[in-house]
Amino acid sequence: MTSDAPQTMHATSAASPLLALKGVSKAFGANQALTSVDFEVDAGEVVALVGDNGAGKTTLIKAIAGVQLCDEGTIYFRGQQVRINSPQDATSLGIATVYQDLALCDNLDVVANLYLGREVFAKGITRAAYLIDEQTMEQSALKLLDSLAVTTIRDVRENVGSLSGGQRQAVAIARSLLGDPSVVLLDEPTAALGVSQTEQVLALIHKLRQRGLAVVVISHNLENVFAVADRIIVLRLGRRCATFDVRGVTRKDVVSAITGAEFGIGASLKREDA
Amino acid sequence: MSAEQEAPLSPRGPMAFLKEVGRKLAQGEAGPLLVILMLAVIWTFFQFQNERFLSPGNLTNLVLQQAAVATISIGVVLVLLLGWIDLSVGAVSGFCASVMAVLVVNQHIDPALAVLIALVLGALIGLFNGMVSTRFRIPAFIVTLAGSLTLVGLQLAVLGETGTINLGDSFITRLTSTFFPPVVGWSFAALAVVLAIAFGITGRSHRRRSGLPVGSIQGLLFRVAAIAVAFIVMVAVVNQDRGLPLVVVIVFALALGFTYLTQRTRFGRHLFAVGGNAEAARRAGIKIEHVRVIAFVMCSTLAAAGGVLAASRLLAVNQSSGASDLVLMAIAGPVVAGTSLFGGRGSVWSALLGALVIGSIANGMNLLALASSVKFIVTGVVLLIAVTIESVTRMRRRGAPVT
Repeated sequence: MTSDAPQTMHATSAASPLLALKGVSKAFGANQALTSVDFEVDAGEVVALVGDNGAGKTTLIKAIAGVQLCDEGTIYFRGQQVRINSPQDATSLGIATVYQDLALCDNLDVVANLYLGREVFAKGITRAAYLIDEQTMEQSALKLLDSLAVTTIRDVRENVGSLSGGQRQAVAIARSLLGDPSVVLLDEPTAALGVSQTEQVLALIHKLRQRGLAVVVISHNLENVFAVADRIIVLRLGRRCATFDVRGVTRKDVVSAITGAEFGIGASLKREDA
Repeated sequence: MSAEQEAPLSPRGPMAFLKEVGRKLAQGEAGPLLVILMLAVIWTFFQFQNERFLSPGNLTNLVLQQAAVATISIGVVLVLLLGWIDLSVGAVSGFCASVMAVLVVNQHIDPALAVLIALVLGALIGLFNGMVSTRFRIPAFIVTLAGSLTLVGLQLAVLGETGTINLGDSFITRLTSTFFPPVVGWSFAALAVVLAIAFGITGRSHRRRSGLPVGSIQGLLFRVAAIAVAFIVMVAVVNQDRGLPLVVVIVFALALGFTYLTQRTRFGRHLFAVGGNAEAARRAGIKIEHVRVIAFVMCSTLAAAGGVLAASRLLAVNQSSGASDLVLMAIAGPVVAGTSLFGGRGSVWSALLGALVIGSIANGMNLLALASSVKFIVTGVVLLIAVTIESVTRMRRRGAPVT
């Protein structure tokens, strides 16, 4: 079951964020991965989801992406309660996910990867033969990469397998934008990237925010989180334990929240629960 | 076939060009270049051993012998692109040809209709193989191996006690015994060159009109020249013998059609995607089970077509039709010519070139009247070397150390 048209409510009131989750819980057998977690992200905002391994970041992202259903909790999209039971539900709401493994086909070129599963057909008599319109696809691929200021990919006919990690990440992010989403979830976008490639990806995330997208970034790298996020949501042992505004918070504060150490918590910390 | 290989966008002198060719050879991206070199070595060797090897008569025979294998190999390529393998193609070709022969000779059904029934039967077998291996998630090689045994049994049952059915002069035998007069052969060559030029020119002008970079004109000229030389030499040779065989036209038409399917259509794109990264294809919304089943259907249909051509060439169907090393030859050919065993990389033309390479070795050894023991050993060693080359170039491409 998919939602009704996502564009029905244009005016998102300040009170209801673009995407909100309330009281989400998920258990894997005896292991409580998420316990009554609230989450929210608004348009034009980058929210970083941080936490130690096993804190529940990926479980939360998977619930939003429809890959793994949660046991309890409600999801609100543009203020309306929605159900996300499958990846298709998430996609039709306008929620795009870029997984850590990027899900690219190394043996296909950049254009083919961008348009995988949504190839453009030639018009006219060749339409009946399912002829792919390579020119149109290549043109709009160039336009898309240009609009994201991705200058590192010079030849869009190059196989993705021969691109660098940063370039591959850029292709994966650009592809997620083709469905015209309003929320983009990025799972560890800077993991295993070099310094300059990390810079490129962070610049790309800034571009997404400029476009008015709601961006959720999972990251272990606090330096990158501080460089790109507006808000930081900390998960620990399946609970949301802290929320920070990046302005006026130090790395030490965030680390304390992640590890659960109680020292040095600054004034900017708003405790979610006692 | 035309605008697929990207020509170097900026030619920087002959040295840089040679270096680029060397790199592509080492990384297995040179397309047909490596296999053409291989063919040149094989042909030179056998020509020195026996001067009849490169005679028009023998080359025509070579083409006639390998038409069936090439047809089966085209289907094998489709499955190989998925990263899967179909071990039943030999048995499918033998069984479908047997059914066809029984229908024509014993049941007196119209030969053309019998051929059609054989093809439909092939399609159904492919549908079954594909459904079973995707539905129950059984590796395709097991399903097709089991299917292969079953089909061999069915073939023996269908052929009955005599075990051999001779096909009299009919539509079926004429498939491989029809030769065109020289003028038709030359028209065929001219058509190929015109098509190559037309595809090249329209592709370029489309791209230019769309404001996209176009490949170098030298690259296009080189491709057209290569195609022209290949076809002119081929037609000149076969015209000295009996003329251009009908079956060559059939095989080229099949190759052209399936090249179009794999390179230009959405199905072809999805075939490569599933072979390259099935999980990525699934997440992109591609119905990977559908793609796999369709590939199996096409593979078995082409295997049946190959069986028909083999029966036509032999003028009969017998208990060993489709048996022996046919399945290995049909799979080894495309792999020798650069189609990956691991999926996602390859082309329909590799089926033709591979059949030519494998067929040349077999034909040459027959001319030298080598013992069966030697022939099996040589073929096995050549196959192993070819697959090793493929694997090594693949590792190079990925930047993994070659140890």
